[in-house]
Amino acid sequence: MGEVIVITSGKGGVGKTTTSANLGAALAAQGRSVVLVDADIGLRNLDVVMGLENRIVYDLVDVVEGYARVRQALIRDKRFENLCLLPAAQTKDKTAVSPDQMRALCHELREEFDFVLVDSPAGIEQGFRNAIAGAEQALVVATPEVSSVRDADRIIGLLEAERMPPPRLIINRMRASMVRRGDMMDISDIIDILAIELIGVVPEDEAIVVSTNRGEPAALLPSSRAGAAYRDIARRLRGESVPIAASAAQEGSLFGRLRRLLGAR
Amino acid sequence: MMELINRLLGRQPSPGSKDVARERLRLVLVQDRASIAPSLWGALKEDLLAVIRRYLEVDEDAVDVQLEREGEAMALVANIPVRRFRRAAGDNPE
Ligand SMILES: Nc1ncnc2c1ncn2[C@@H]1O[C@H](COP(=O)(O)OP(=O)(O)O)[C@@H](O)[C@H]1O
Ligand SMILES: [Mg+2]
Repeated sequence: MGEVIVITSGKGGVGKTTTSANLGAALAAQGRSVVLVDADIGLRNLDVVMGLENRIVYDLVDVVEGYARVRQALIRDKRFENLCLLPAAQTKDKTAVSPDQMRALCHELREEFDFVLVDSPAGIEQGFRNAIAGAEQALVVATPEVSSVRDADRIIGLLEAERMPPPRLIINRMRASMVRRGDMMDISDIIDILAIELIGVVPEDEAIVVSTNRGEPAALLPSSRAGAAYRDIARRLRGESVPIAASAAQEGSLFGRLRRLLGAR
Repeated sequence: MMELINRLLGRQPSPGSKDVARERLRLVLVQDRASIAPSLWGALKEDLLAVIRRYLEVDEDAVDVQLEREGEAMALVANIPVRRFRRAAGDNPE
């Protein structure tokens, strides 16, 4: 039986959908069967990020309302046959689904897939409640900014109140040059404050924008640094122990390499 | 020269905004967590009173416990009107 993992954040625009798409693609490339569930009812996005928007016939609300079977609504990925998407409804709103219905849906999906990844909407209202209802684990995405980390803290508290196991954190859009300048909180600042386990750090990467334009997750591009970070996170989700480079934030920069060469800290 | 090298290596004392960000975040989270967990807050008040009751007789209905921001720090400020001292610790009237 598979694992149901919700990707959530509180704040909007921090990278939940990007993370869902990339982890789904990376896990599929690593041979696991994956279904991506877009729980952002009314603001469907995961389909375009995955490049699957032309294939939608039925959506999640059709399934929970009984107009379509899960099988009919699942869209198979173009690149991997072990990767599917269950799109959100675009014309309904989040009250069209209840937490009980989401729970039943996730239970059904995990019978067939190794990973069920649920892309949560922003906020802490019903859409969020629905997204977490069927999940047994959560990944919290935050960017290194005060408002994002604050919202992440709130979400962590809510997940705890729901008696979910402690979520793991993905720090997204880390910018090495700003960290070096002292103008961006670094990994340890954020981990100290949130006191949860870190599962990965994704750098700010133009390849994300380009790959989103094309509908091809960056995790499939060997040269993308964000893609590499997502591939590592996927391996950690599968239980492999992949070290998080202590210098993740400095990686690749000229001065970062120079500093390491000189043994400076 | 050394200063230039240090600056190139990013070792200058950080004048950046991240320290400000971290401090503001720390303070706002103390407030957030306190305001979001009313049950915890009630429990804290109860536990505080349980200890104080051993030494003092206080006006329990007028007890006021709050977090207050004092410049750079958060303080737990308790205003607890005292009726009288007990004769000996643990000397409970009941
Ligand atoms: N690591 C990254 N580097 C560059 N751009 C990013 C990165 N992560 C996300 N983005 C961009 O940020 C925007 C918001 O991301 P999205 O995944 O839609 O956030 P959410 O689902 O949390 O609202 C998108 O335009 C996306 O391309
Ligand atoms: Mg989204």
